[in-house]
Amino acid sequence: MRRAWPSPARAVPPILSIRALTKTYASGLQALKPVDLEIGKGEIFALLGPNGAGKTTLISIVCGIVTPTSGEVRVQGFDILKDYRETRARIGLVPQELHTDMFVTVWNTVRFSRGLFGKPADPAHLEKVLRELSLWDKRDDRIMTLSGGMKRRVLIAKALAHEPEILFLDEPTAGVDVELRRDMWALVRTLRESGVTIILTTHYIEEAEEMADRVGVISKGELILVEEKTALMKKLGKKQLTLHLQEPMAEIPAALVAWRLVLKNGGCELEYTFDARDERVGIPALLKRLGELGVEYRDLHTAQSSLEEIFVSLVSERR
Amino acid sequence: MNAFNGRGVLAIYLFEMSRFNRTFWQSLVAPVITTSLYFIVFGAAIGSRMGELDGVHYGAFIVPGLIMLSVLTESLNNASFGIYLPRFTGTIYEVLSAPVSPFEMVLGYVGAATTKSMILGMVILATATLFVPLSIAHPFWMVAFLVLTAATFCLFGFILGIWANGFEQLQFVPMLVITPLTFLGGAFYSIDMLPGAWRTVSLFNPVVYLISGFRWAFYGTADVAVGVSLSATLGFFLACLGIVWWIFRTGYRLKN
Repeated sequence: MRRAWPSPARAVPPILSIRALTKTYASGLQALKPVDLEIGKGEIFALLGPNGAGKTTLISIVCGIVTPTSGEVRVQGFDILKDYRETRARIGLVPQELHTDMFVTVWNTVRFSRGLFGKPADPAHLEKVLRELSLWDKRDDRIMTLSGGMKRRVLIAKALAHEPEILFLDEPTAGVDVELRRDMWALVRTLRESGVTIILTTHYIEEAEEMADRVGVISKGELILVEEKTALMKKLGKKQLTLHLQEPMAEIPAALVAWRLVLKNGGCELEYTFDARDERVGIPALLKRLGELGVEYRDLHTAQSSLEEIFVSLVSERR
Repeated sequence: MNAFNGRGVLAIYLFEMSRFNRTFWQSLVAPVITTSLYFIVFGAAIGSRMGELDGVHYGAFIVPGLIMLSVLTESLNNASFGIYLPRFTGTIYEVLSAPVSPFEMVLGYVGAATTKSMILGMVILATATLFVPLSIAHPFWMVAFLVLTAATFCLFGFILGIWANGFEQLQFVPMLVITPLTFLGGAFYSIDMLPGAWRTVSLFNPVVYLISGFRWAFYGTADVAVGVSLSATLGFFLACLGIVWWIFRTGYRLKN
Protein backbone atom coordinates (compact mmCIF):
# COMPACT_ATOMS: atom_id res chain seq x y z
CA MET A 1 0.00 0.00 0.00
CA ARG A 2 1.33 3.42 -0.97
CA ARG A 3 1.82 5.82 1.86
CA ALA A 4 1.88 9.55 1.62
CA TRP A 5 4.98 11.26 2.87
CA PRO A 6 4.44 13.84 5.58
CA SER A 7 4.91 17.51 4.77
CA PRO A 8 8.40 19.06 4.83
CA ALA A 9 7.71 20.33 8.33
CA ARG A 10 8.01 16.76 9.58
CA ALA A 11 9.20 15.98 13.08
CA VAL A 12 11.66 13.26 11.97
CA PRO A 13 15.17 14.65 11.31
CA PRO A 14 16.08 14.45 7.63
CA ILE A 15 18.42 11.69 6.48
CA LEU A 16 19.79 14.08 3.83
CA SER A 17 20.06 17.80 4.34
CA ILE A 18 21.35 20.17 1.67
CA ARG A 19 21.92 23.83 2.47
CA ALA A 20 22.83 26.58 0.00
CA LEU A 21 24.68 24.13 -2.21
CA THR A 22 26.32 25.59 -5.30
CA LYS A 23 28.58 24.28 -7.99
CA THR A 24 30.44 26.28 -10.61
CA TYR A 25 32.68 24.27 -12.91
CA ALA A 26 36.09 25.45 -14.02
CA SER A 27 34.55 26.36 -17.39
CA GLY A 28 32.45 28.96 -15.57
CA LEU A 29 29.22 26.99 -15.95
CA GLN A 30 27.09 27.43 -12.86
CA ALA A 31 25.57 23.96 -12.61
CA LEU A 32 23.88 24.56 -9.27
CA LYS A 33 22.56 27.81 -7.88
CA PRO A 34 22.03 27.78 -4.12
CA VAL A 35 20.02 24.61 -3.54
CA ASP A 36 18.24 23.72 -0.29
CA LEU A 37 16.63 20.36 0.13
CA GLU A 38 15.72 17.91 2.87
CA ILE A 39 14.93 14.26 2.34
CA GLY A 40 13.27 12.16 5.04
CA LYS A 41 14.21 8.61 5.95
CA GLY A 42 12.33 6.02 3.95
CA GLU A 43 11.15 8.56 1.40
CA ILE A 44 11.12 8.10 -2.36
CA PHE A 45 12.09 11.43 -3.85
CA ALA A 46 12.06 12.05 -7.59
CA LEU A 47 14.22 14.79 -9.03
CA LEU A 48 12.94 15.90 -12.39
CA GLY A 49 14.59 18.21 -14.83
CA PRO A 50 15.65 18.57 -18.45
CA ASN A 51 19.11 17.62 -19.66
CA GLY A 52 21.81 19.78 -18.12
CA ALA A 53 19.53 20.99 -15.33
CA GLY A 54 21.96 19.92 -12.61
CA LYS A 55 20.43 16.62 -11.46
CA THR A 56 23.55 14.51 -11.87
CA THR A 57 25.76 17.28 -10.46
CA LEU A 58 23.62 17.36 -7.32
CA ILE A 59 23.77 13.59 -6.90
CA SER A 60 27.49 13.48 -7.67
CA ILE A 61 28.24 16.06 -4.97
CA VAL A 62 26.32 14.13 -2.32
CA CYS A 63 28.12 10.92 -3.33
CA GLY A 64 31.58 12.52 -3.27
CA ILE A 65 32.33 12.40 -6.99
CA VAL A 66 32.09 16.15 -7.56
CA THR A 67 33.44 18.78 -5.19
CA PRO A 68 30.93 21.47 -4.22
CA THR A 69 31.80 25.13 -4.68
CA SER A 70 29.95 26.20 -1.53
CA GLY A 71 27.21 25.08 0.80
CA GLU A 72 26.73 22.16 3.10
CA VAL A 73 25.47 18.61 2.68
CA ARG A 74 24.77 16.37 5.66
CA VAL A 75 23.82 12.70 5.69
CA GLN A 76 22.28 11.68 8.99
CA GLY A 77 23.98 14.70 10.50
CA PHE A 78 27.42 13.86 9.09
CA ASP A 79 29.13 16.37 6.80
CA ILE A 80 29.97 14.89 3.37
CA LEU A 81 33.42 16.51 3.34
CA LYS A 82 34.59 16.22 6.96
CA ASP A 83 32.91 12.90 7.72
CA TYR A 84 33.07 11.40 4.23
CA ARG A 85 33.60 7.87 5.51
CA GLU A 86 30.39 8.00 7.53
CA THR A 87 28.34 9.55 4.75
CA ARG A 88 29.62 7.47 1.84
CA ALA A 89 29.20 4.22 3.77
CA ARG A 90 25.47 5.03 3.98
CA ILE A 91 25.03 5.81 0.29
CA GLY A 92 24.65 3.57 -2.74
CA LEU A 93 24.80 5.00 -6.25
CA VAL A 94 23.47 3.60 -9.50
CA PRO A 95 24.97 5.82 -12.21
CA GLN A 96 23.22 6.84 -15.36
CA GLU A 97 25.78 5.29 -17.70
CA LEU A 98 26.51 1.54 -17.77
CA HIS A 99 29.92 1.82 -16.10
CA THR A 100 31.06 -1.73 -15.44
CA ASP A 101 34.27 -3.71 -15.66
CA MET A 102 33.37 -5.93 -18.60
CA PHE A 103 35.85 -8.72 -17.87
CA VAL A 104 34.79 -9.39 -14.30
CA THR A 105 32.10 -11.87 -13.26
CA VAL A 106 28.88 -10.68 -11.64
CA TRP A 107 29.78 -12.32 -8.34
CA ASN A 108 33.25 -10.81 -8.21
CA THR A 109 32.06 -7.33 -9.01
CA VAL A 110 29.44 -7.27 -6.24
CA ARG A 111 31.95 -8.79 -3.81
CA PHE A 112 34.40 -6.03 -4.79
CA SER A 113 31.77 -3.35 -4.17
CA ARG A 114 30.98 -4.66 -0.69
CA GLY A 115 34.66 -4.79 0.26
CA LEU A 116 35.31 -1.33 -1.16
CA PHE A 117 32.75 0.11 1.22
CA GLY A 118 34.49 -1.53 4.16
CA LYS A 119 31.91 -4.21 4.84
CA PRO A 120 32.93 -7.74 5.85
CA ALA A 121 32.23 -10.50 3.35
CA ASP A 122 28.62 -11.68 3.49
CA PRO A 123 27.88 -14.18 0.72
CA ALA A 124 24.31 -14.67 2.02
CA HIS A 125 23.51 -10.97 1.55
CA LEU A 126 25.07 -10.89 -1.90
CA GLU A 127 23.09 -13.99 -2.87
CA LYS A 128 19.89 -12.31 -1.65
CA VAL A 129 20.61 -9.19 -3.69
CA LEU A 130 21.44 -11.17 -6.81
CA ARG A 131 18.33 -13.33 -6.46
CA GLU A 132 16.11 -10.27 -6.01
CA LEU A 133 17.54 -8.85 -9.22
CA SER A 134 17.26 -12.16 -11.11
CA LEU A 135 21.04 -12.25 -11.43
CA TRP A 136 21.79 -15.34 -9.36
CA ASP A 137 21.91 -17.62 -12.40
CA LYS A 138 24.32 -15.18 -14.04
CA ARG A 139 26.68 -14.90 -11.10
CA ASP A 140 29.57 -16.66 -12.84
CA ASP A 141 29.07 -14.87 -16.15
CA ARG A 142 31.35 -12.07 -17.22
CA ILE A 143 29.54 -8.74 -17.36
CA MET A 144 30.47 -8.33 -21.03
CA THR A 145 28.23 -11.29 -21.89
CA LEU A 146 25.12 -9.75 -20.31
CA SER A 147 22.40 -7.74 -22.03
CA GLY A 148 22.02 -4.01 -21.38
CA GLY A 149 19.15 -4.62 -18.99
CA MET A 150 21.15 -7.19 -17.06
CA LYS A 151 24.10 -4.79 -16.84
CA ARG A 152 21.74 -2.21 -15.36
CA ARG A 153 20.70 -4.80 -12.76
CA VAL A 154 24.38 -5.48 -12.00
CA LEU A 155 24.88 -1.77 -11.27
CA ILE A 156 21.95 -1.87 -8.86
CA ALA A 157 23.34 -5.01 -7.23
CA LYS A 158 26.71 -3.29 -6.78
CA ALA A 159 25.02 -0.28 -5.19
CA LEU A 160 23.11 -2.53 -2.80
CA ALA A 161 26.05 -4.79 -1.94
CA HIS A 162 27.06 -2.72 1.09
CA GLU A 163 23.50 -2.34 2.42
CA PRO A 164 23.15 1.44 1.95
CA GLU A 165 20.55 3.49 3.79
CA ILE A 166 20.21 5.93 0.90
CA LEU A 167 20.09 4.78 -2.69
CA PHE A 168 20.62 7.21 -5.55
CA LEU A 169 19.22 6.05 -8.86
CA ASP A 170 20.37 8.29 -11.70
CA GLU A 171 18.02 7.63 -14.60
CA PRO A 172 17.61 3.99 -13.50
CA THR A 173 15.37 2.83 -16.33
CA ALA A 174 16.89 4.75 -19.21
CA GLY A 175 16.96 2.40 -22.18
CA VAL A 176 15.47 -0.62 -20.45
CA ASP A 177 12.41 -2.51 -21.59
CA VAL A 178 8.98 -2.23 -20.02
CA GLU A 179 9.27 -5.52 -18.13
CA LEU A 180 12.55 -4.57 -16.51
CA ARG A 181 11.20 -1.14 -15.71
CA ARG A 182 8.28 -2.71 -13.86
CA ASP A 183 10.68 -5.07 -12.06
CA MET A 184 12.77 -2.12 -10.94
CA TRP A 185 9.77 -0.25 -9.66
CA ALA A 186 8.83 -3.31 -7.64
CA LEU A 187 12.37 -3.54 -6.31
CA VAL A 188 12.37 0.13 -5.32
CA ARG A 189 9.15 -0.37 -3.37
CA THR A 190 10.62 -3.42 -1.64
CA LEU A 191 13.71 -1.42 -0.71
CA ARG A 192 11.58 1.38 0.68
CA GLU A 193 9.64 -1.12 2.76
CA SER A 194 12.97 -2.19 4.28
CA GLY A 195 13.69 1.44 5.24
CA VAL A 196 15.97 2.50 2.39
CA THR A 197 15.60 6.11 1.28
CA ILE A 198 15.49 6.43 -2.47
CA ILE A 199 16.36 9.46 -4.54
CA LEU A 200 15.91 9.06 -8.25
CA THR A 201 16.35 11.27 -11.23
CA THR A 202 14.36 10.45 -14.26
CA HIS A 203 13.15 11.66 -17.60
CA TYR A 204 10.23 9.28 -17.34
CA ILE A 205 7.63 11.30 -15.53
CA GLU A 206 5.55 8.16 -15.40
CA GLU A 207 8.24 6.72 -13.17
CA ALA A 208 8.03 9.59 -10.70
CA GLU A 209 4.26 9.54 -10.86
CA GLU A 210 4.29 5.81 -10.16
CA MET A 211 6.76 5.73 -7.30
CA ALA A 212 7.63 9.06 -5.73
CA ASP A 213 6.34 10.46 -2.48
CA ARG A 214 7.72 13.88 -3.29
CA VAL A 215 8.88 15.50 -6.46
CA GLY A 216 11.55 18.13 -6.96
CA VAL A 217 11.87 20.02 -10.21
CA ILE A 218 15.26 21.41 -11.10
CA SER A 219 15.90 23.74 -14.01
CA LYS A 220 19.12 25.56 -14.90
CA GLY A 221 20.65 24.58 -11.59
CA GLU A 222 17.78 25.92 -9.56
CA LEU A 223 15.41 23.81 -7.53
CA ILE A 224 12.22 25.52 -8.58
CA LEU A 225 9.77 23.33 -6.77
CA VAL A 226 9.64 20.62 -4.10
CA GLU A 227 6.24 19.24 -3.37
CA GLU A 228 4.43 16.08 -2.40
CA LYS A 229 3.47 14.40 -5.62
CA THR A 230 -0.22 14.12 -4.87
CA ALA A 231 -0.38 17.67 -3.56
CA LEU A 232 1.51 18.89 -6.61
CA MET A 233 -0.89 17.24 -8.97
CA LYS A 234 -3.80 18.54 -6.97
CA LYS A 235 -2.42 22.06 -6.91
CA LEU A 236 -1.14 22.37 -10.42
CA GLY A 237 -3.04 19.71 -12.28
CA LYS A 238 -5.53 20.89 -14.85
CA LYS A 239 -8.70 18.99 -15.59
CA GLN A 240 -10.59 19.00 -18.81
CA LEU A 241 -14.20 18.17 -19.51
CA THR A 242 -14.98 17.37 -23.13
CA LEU A 243 -18.55 17.25 -24.35
CA HIS A 244 -19.27 15.47 -27.65
CA LEU A 245 -22.20 17.42 -29.07
CA GLN A 246 -25.17 15.93 -30.90
CA GLU A 247 -25.15 18.81 -33.39
CA PRO A 248 -22.14 20.91 -34.38
CA MET A 249 -22.09 24.36 -32.82
CA ALA A 250 -21.16 27.41 -34.91
CA GLU A 251 -20.13 29.58 -32.02
CA ILE A 252 -20.23 29.55 -28.27
CA PRO A 253 -23.40 31.16 -26.94
CA ALA A 254 -22.92 34.34 -24.95
CA ALA A 255 -24.57 32.69 -21.97
CA LEU A 256 -21.59 30.32 -21.70
CA VAL A 257 -18.83 32.93 -21.78
CA ALA A 258 -18.18 32.62 -18.03
CA TRP A 259 -16.84 29.06 -18.50
CA ARG A 260 -14.27 30.07 -21.17
CA LEU A 261 -15.20 27.11 -23.34
CA VAL A 262 -13.34 26.14 -26.51
CA LEU A 263 -14.97 24.69 -29.59
CA LYS A 264 -13.02 21.89 -31.23
CA ASN A 265 -13.28 19.33 -33.99
CA GLY A 266 -15.37 21.47 -36.28
CA GLY A 267 -17.73 22.51 -33.54
CA CYS A 268 -18.51 18.92 -32.55
CA GLU A 269 -16.67 19.09 -29.22
CA LEU A 270 -16.93 21.58 -26.44
CA GLU A 271 -13.92 21.69 -24.12
CA TYR A 272 -13.97 23.10 -20.63
CA THR A 273 -10.61 23.42 -18.82
CA PHE A 274 -10.67 24.00 -15.10
CA ASP A 275 -8.29 23.97 -12.17
CA ALA A 276 -8.53 20.82 -10.08
CA ARG A 277 -7.76 22.78 -6.90
CA ASP A 278 -10.66 25.10 -7.49
CA GLU A 279 -13.59 23.86 -5.47
CA ARG A 280 -16.02 25.86 -7.58
CA VAL A 281 -15.31 24.12 -10.84
CA GLY A 282 -18.80 24.84 -12.12
CA ILE A 283 -19.49 21.59 -13.96
CA PRO A 284 -23.01 21.15 -12.58
CA ALA A 285 -23.82 24.74 -13.41
CA LEU A 286 -22.38 24.36 -16.92
CA LEU A 287 -24.39 21.20 -17.62
CA LYS A 288 -27.52 22.86 -16.25
CA ARG A 289 -27.01 25.90 -18.46
CA LEU A 290 -26.37 23.71 -21.52
CA GLY A 291 -29.67 21.97 -20.79
CA GLU A 292 -31.43 25.31 -20.53
CA LEU A 293 -29.96 26.37 -23.89
CA GLY A 294 -31.06 23.11 -25.49
CA VAL A 295 -27.52 22.03 -26.26
CA GLU A 296 -27.49 18.24 -26.31
CA TYR A 297 -24.46 16.02 -26.04
CA ARG A 298 -24.10 12.32 -26.68
CA ASP A 299 -20.98 11.68 -24.55
CA LEU A 300 -18.61 13.36 -22.18
CA HIS A 301 -15.26 12.55 -20.59
CA THR A 302 -12.81 14.18 -18.23
CA ALA A 303 -9.00 14.07 -18.23
CA GLN A 304 -6.44 15.20 -15.66
CA SER A 305 -3.04 16.57 -16.61
CA SER A 306 -0.18 14.19 -15.93
CA LEU A 307 2.92 14.96 -13.92
CA GLU A 308 4.70 15.23 -17.25
CA GLU A 309 2.44 18.06 -18.37
CA ILE A 310 2.92 19.76 -15.02
CA PHE A 311 6.68 19.37 -15.36
CA VAL A 312 6.74 20.75 -18.90
CA SER A 313 4.58 23.65 -17.80
CA LEU A 314 6.85 24.47 -14.86
CA VAL A 315 10.06 24.27 -16.84
CA SER A 316 8.72 26.24 -19.80
CA GLU A 317 7.55 28.99 -17.46
CA ARG A 318 11.18 29.40 -16.39
CA ARG A 319 12.51 29.68 -19.91
CA MET B 1 33.41 3.45 10.47
CA ASN B 2 37.06 2.77 11.18
CA ALA B 3 39.77 5.36 10.62
CA PHE B 4 41.38 3.00 8.11
CA ASN B 5 39.33 1.15 5.51
CA GLY B 6 41.50 -1.95 5.28
CA ARG B 7 38.79 -3.94 3.52
CA GLY B 8 38.55 -1.20 0.90
CA VAL B 9 42.31 -1.30 0.31
CA LEU B 10 42.20 -5.11 0.11
CA ALA B 11 39.29 -4.98 -2.35
CA ILE B 12 41.22 -2.67 -4.70
CA TYR B 13 44.42 -4.69 -4.25
CA LEU B 14 42.75 -8.05 -4.97
CA PHE B 15 40.81 -6.59 -7.89
CA GLU B 16 44.04 -5.35 -9.46
CA MET B 17 45.83 -8.61 -8.76
CA SER B 18 42.99 -10.53 -10.42
CA ARG B 19 43.55 -8.40 -13.53
CA PHE B 20 47.20 -9.51 -13.38
CA ASN B 21 45.99 -13.13 -13.35
CA ARG B 22 43.61 -12.51 -16.24
CA THR B 23 46.44 -11.03 -18.31
CA PHE B 24 49.04 -13.60 -17.24
CA TRP B 25 50.64 -13.93 -20.69
CA GLN B 26 50.87 -10.20 -21.24
CA SER B 27 51.94 -9.35 -17.69
CA LEU B 28 54.45 -12.06 -16.91
CA VAL B 29 55.23 -14.46 -19.70
CA ALA B 30 55.91 -11.82 -22.39
CA PRO B 31 58.50 -9.88 -20.32
CA VAL B 32 60.20 -13.14 -19.29
CA ILE B 33 60.47 -14.28 -22.91
CA THR B 34 61.78 -10.87 -23.96
CA THR B 35 64.38 -10.89 -21.18
CA SER B 36 65.41 -14.43 -22.06
CA LEU B 37 66.04 -13.25 -25.62
CA TYR B 38 68.27 -10.47 -24.25
CA PHE B 39 70.25 -13.05 -22.31
CA ILE B 40 70.61 -15.25 -25.37
CA VAL B 41 71.69 -12.38 -27.65
CA PHE B 42 73.72 -10.15 -25.30
CA GLY B 43 74.68 -12.68 -22.68
CA ALA B 44 75.53 -15.80 -24.66
CA ALA B 45 76.11 -14.71 -28.28
CA ILE B 46 77.79 -11.32 -27.81
CA GLY B 47 78.78 -11.67 -24.18
CA SER B 48 80.89 -14.75 -24.85
CA ARG B 49 83.14 -12.60 -27.07
CA MET B 50 83.49 -9.84 -24.48
CA GLY B 51 85.71 -9.65 -21.50
CA GLU B 52 84.68 -8.96 -17.95
CA LEU B 53 83.27 -5.61 -16.84
CA ASP B 54 84.25 -4.45 -13.37
CA GLY B 55 85.37 -8.01 -12.74
CA VAL B 56 81.98 -9.45 -13.65
CA HIS B 57 81.18 -11.71 -16.62
CA TYR B 58 79.25 -9.64 -19.20
CA GLY B 59 76.26 -11.96 -19.14
CA ALA B 60 75.96 -11.52 -15.37
CA PHE B 61 76.80 -7.79 -15.61
CA ILE B 62 73.65 -7.01 -17.61
CA VAL B 63 71.31 -8.92 -15.23
CA PRO B 64 70.56 -5.95 -12.89
CA GLY B 65 70.02 -3.65 -15.89
CA LEU B 66 67.66 -6.11 -17.56
CA ILE B 67 65.68 -6.58 -14.35
CA MET B 68 65.45 -2.80 -13.99
CA LEU B 69 64.38 -2.42 -17.63
CA SER B 70 61.47 -4.82 -17.09
CA VAL B 71 60.58 -3.54 -13.62
CA LEU B 72 60.53 0.12 -14.68
CA THR B 73 58.48 -0.54 -17.81
CA GLU B 74 56.03 -2.92 -16.17
CA SER B 75 55.66 -0.72 -13.08
CA LEU B 76 54.66 2.18 -15.30
CA ASN B 77 52.38 0.03 -17.46
CA ASN B 78 50.64 -1.76 -14.59
CA ALA B 79 50.07 1.27 -12.40
CA SER B 80 49.09 3.64 -15.19
CA PHE B 81 46.70 1.12 -16.74
CA GLY B 82 45.29 0.22 -13.32
CA ILE B 83 44.00 3.75 -12.69
CA TYR B 84 43.48 4.82 -16.32
CA LEU B 85 41.15 1.91 -17.14
CA PRO B 86 38.50 2.82 -14.52
CA ARG B 87 38.79 6.44 -15.65
CA PHE B 88 38.32 5.38 -19.27
CA THR B 89 35.40 3.02 -18.59
CA GLY B 90 33.83 5.31 -15.99
CA THR B 91 33.99 2.73 -13.18
CA ILE B 92 36.12 5.18 -11.20
CA TYR B 93 32.82 6.59 -9.88
CA GLU B 94 32.60 3.65 -7.51
CA VAL B 95 36.01 4.19 -5.91
CA LEU B 96 35.45 7.95 -5.67
CA SER B 97 32.07 7.45 -3.98
CA ALA B 98 33.37 4.81 -1.55
CA PRO B 99 34.58 5.55 1.99
CA VAL B 100 38.17 5.22 0.81
CA SER B 101 40.76 7.92 1.52
CA PRO B 102 43.23 9.04 -1.16
CA PHE B 103 46.01 7.27 0.78
CA GLU B 104 44.02 4.02 0.84
CA MET B 105 43.24 4.34 -2.85
CA VAL B 106 46.92 4.80 -3.70
CA LEU B 107 47.87 1.97 -1.35
CA GLY B 108 45.48 -0.39 -3.15
CA TYR B 109 46.40 0.53 -6.72
CA VAL B 110 50.11 1.19 -6.25
CA GLY B 111 50.48 -1.71 -3.79
CA ALA B 112 49.07 -4.15 -6.35
CA ALA B 113 51.19 -2.72 -9.17
CA THR B 114 54.31 -2.89 -6.97
CA THR B 115 53.55 -6.51 -6.10
CA LYS B 116 53.24 -7.38 -9.77
CA SER B 117 56.56 -5.67 -10.53
CA MET B 118 58.25 -7.47 -7.65
CA ILE B 119 56.95 -10.81 -8.88
CA LEU B 120 58.17 -9.99 -12.38
CA GLY B 121 61.59 -8.89 -11.10
CA MET B 122 61.99 -12.07 -9.09
CA VAL B 123 60.89 -14.27 -12.00
CA ILE B 124 63.41 -12.55 -14.31
CA LEU B 125 66.10 -12.99 -11.68
CA ALA B 126 65.24 -16.70 -11.49
CA THR B 127 65.28 -16.88 -15.31
CA ALA B 128 68.70 -15.22 -15.37
CA THR B 129 70.17 -17.98 -13.21
CA LEU B 130 69.36 -20.39 -16.04
CA PHE B 131 71.68 -18.47 -18.37
CA VAL B 132 74.47 -17.01 -16.26
CA PRO B 133 76.13 -17.73 -12.90
CA LEU B 134 74.86 -15.18 -10.41
CA SER B 135 75.89 -14.00 -6.98
CA ILE B 136 74.25 -11.35 -4.87
CA ALA B 137 76.66 -9.44 -2.62
CA HIS B 138 74.01 -7.50 -0.66
CA PRO B 139 70.69 -9.43 -0.77
CA PHE B 140 68.95 -7.02 1.62
CA TRP B 141 69.88 -3.98 -0.44
CA MET B 142 69.02 -5.82 -3.63
CA VAL B 143 65.47 -6.35 -2.34
CA ALA B 144 65.36 -2.82 -0.89
CA PHE B 145 66.38 -1.23 -4.22
CA LEU B 146 63.89 -3.41 -6.07
CA VAL B 147 61.01 -2.50 -3.75
CA LEU B 148 61.87 1.18 -3.73
CA THR B 149 62.29 1.37 -7.50
CA ALA B 150 59.12 -0.60 -8.18
CA ALA B 151 57.09 1.50 -5.72
CA THR B 152 58.52 4.74 -7.11
CA PHE B 153 57.77 3.91 -10.73
CA CYS B 154 54.34 2.54 -9.80
CA LEU B 155 53.62 5.91 -8.19
CA PHE B 156 54.93 7.56 -11.35
CA GLY B 157 52.68 5.25 -13.38
CA PHE B 158 49.71 6.17 -11.18
CA ILE B 159 50.38 9.84 -11.96
CA LEU B 160 50.70 9.00 -15.65
CA GLY B 161 47.39 7.10 -15.58
CA ILE B 162 45.63 10.12 -14.09
CA TRP B 163 47.30 12.57 -16.46
CA ALA B 164 46.74 10.58 -19.66
CA ASN B 165 43.71 11.41 -21.76
CA GLY B 166 44.12 8.53 -24.16
CA PHE B 167 45.91 5.24 -24.70
CA GLU B 168 48.50 6.97 -26.87
CA GLN B 169 49.52 9.26 -24.01
CA LEU B 170 49.53 6.24 -21.72
CA GLN B 171 52.10 4.50 -23.94
CA PHE B 172 54.11 7.64 -24.66
CA VAL B 173 56.18 7.83 -21.47
CA PRO B 174 57.11 4.11 -21.14
CA MET B 175 57.96 3.73 -24.85
CA LEU B 176 59.57 7.05 -25.66
CA VAL B 177 61.06 8.10 -22.33
CA ILE B 178 61.71 5.19 -19.96
CA THR B 179 62.98 2.60 -22.45
CA PRO B 180 65.55 4.97 -24.04
CA LEU B 181 66.65 6.26 -20.63
CA THR B 182 67.14 2.67 -19.42
CA PHE B 183 69.13 1.68 -22.50
CA LEU B 184 71.26 4.81 -22.09
CA GLY B 185 71.39 4.42 -18.33
CA GLY B 186 73.96 1.67 -18.21
CA ALA B 187 71.71 -1.38 -18.52
CA PHE B 188 74.16 -3.02 -20.93
CA TYR B 189 77.40 -1.19 -20.07
CA SER B 190 79.20 0.73 -17.37
CA ILE B 191 78.99 4.47 -17.92
CA ASP B 192 82.71 4.52 -17.09
CA MET B 193 83.13 3.07 -20.60
CA LEU B 194 81.73 6.28 -22.14
CA PRO B 195 83.87 9.23 -23.25
CA GLY B 196 84.14 11.96 -20.60
CA ALA B 197 81.50 14.32 -22.02
CA TRP B 198 78.93 11.56 -22.54
CA ARG B 199 79.61 10.23 -19.06
CA THR B 200 78.75 13.68 -17.66
CA VAL B 201 75.59 13.79 -19.78
CA SER B 202 74.65 10.33 -18.50
CA LEU B 203 74.75 11.56 -14.93
CA PHE B 204 71.65 13.64 -15.76
CA ASN B 205 69.80 10.42 -16.55
CA PRO B 206 67.98 9.37 -13.34
CA VAL B 207 67.87 5.74 -14.44
CA VAL B 208 71.69 5.61 -14.16
CA TYR B 209 71.36 5.90 -10.38
CA LEU B 210 68.72 3.15 -10.19
CA ILE B 211 70.73 0.68 -12.22
CA SER B 212 74.00 1.61 -10.57
CA GLY B 213 72.61 1.12 -7.06
CA PHE B 214 70.92 -2.13 -8.04
CA ARG B 215 74.11 -3.44 -9.66
CA TRP B 216 76.06 -2.52 -6.53
CA ALA B 217 73.68 -4.74 -4.52
CA PHE B 218 74.61 -7.64 -6.84
CA TYR B 219 78.34 -7.20 -7.36
CA GLY B 220 79.53 -4.53 -4.93
CA THR B 221 80.64 -2.23 -7.78
CA ALA B 222 78.81 0.83 -9.05
CA ASP B 223 79.08 3.68 -11.54
CA VAL B 224 78.05 6.20 -8.88
CA ALA B 225 78.26 6.03 -5.09
CA VAL B 226 75.53 3.84 -3.64
CA GLY B 227 74.48 6.58 -1.22
CA VAL B 228 73.89 8.91 -4.16
CA SER B 229 71.86 6.20 -5.92
CA LEU B 230 69.75 5.63 -2.85
CA SER B 231 69.20 9.35 -2.32
CA ALA B 232 68.24 9.90 -5.96
CA THR B 233 65.72 7.03 -5.85
CA LEU B 234 64.28 8.26 -2.55
CA GLY B 235 64.10 11.79 -3.92
CA PHE B 236 62.15 10.63 -6.97
CA PHE B 237 59.86 8.59 -4.69
CA LEU B 238 59.13 11.64 -2.54
CA ALA B 239 58.57 13.82 -5.61
CA CYS B 240 56.01 11.31 -6.93
CA LEU B 241 54.32 11.22 -3.50
CA GLY B 242 54.11 15.00 -3.54
CA ILE B 243 52.48 15.03 -6.99
CA VAL B 244 49.98 12.34 -5.92
CA TRP B 245 49.15 14.41 -2.83
CA TRP B 246 48.55 17.43 -5.06
CA ILE B 247 46.35 15.38 -7.41
CA PHE B 248 44.03 14.36 -4.59
CA ARG B 249 44.07 17.79 -2.99
CA THR B 250 42.97 19.44 -6.22
CA GLY B 251 41.00 16.53 -7.67
CA TYR B 252 43.04 16.91 -10.87
CA ARG B 253 41.36 14.82 -13.60
CA LEU B 254 39.63 12.75 -10.94
CA LYS B 255 36.96 15.09 -9.61
CA ASN B 256 35.28 18.08 -11.18
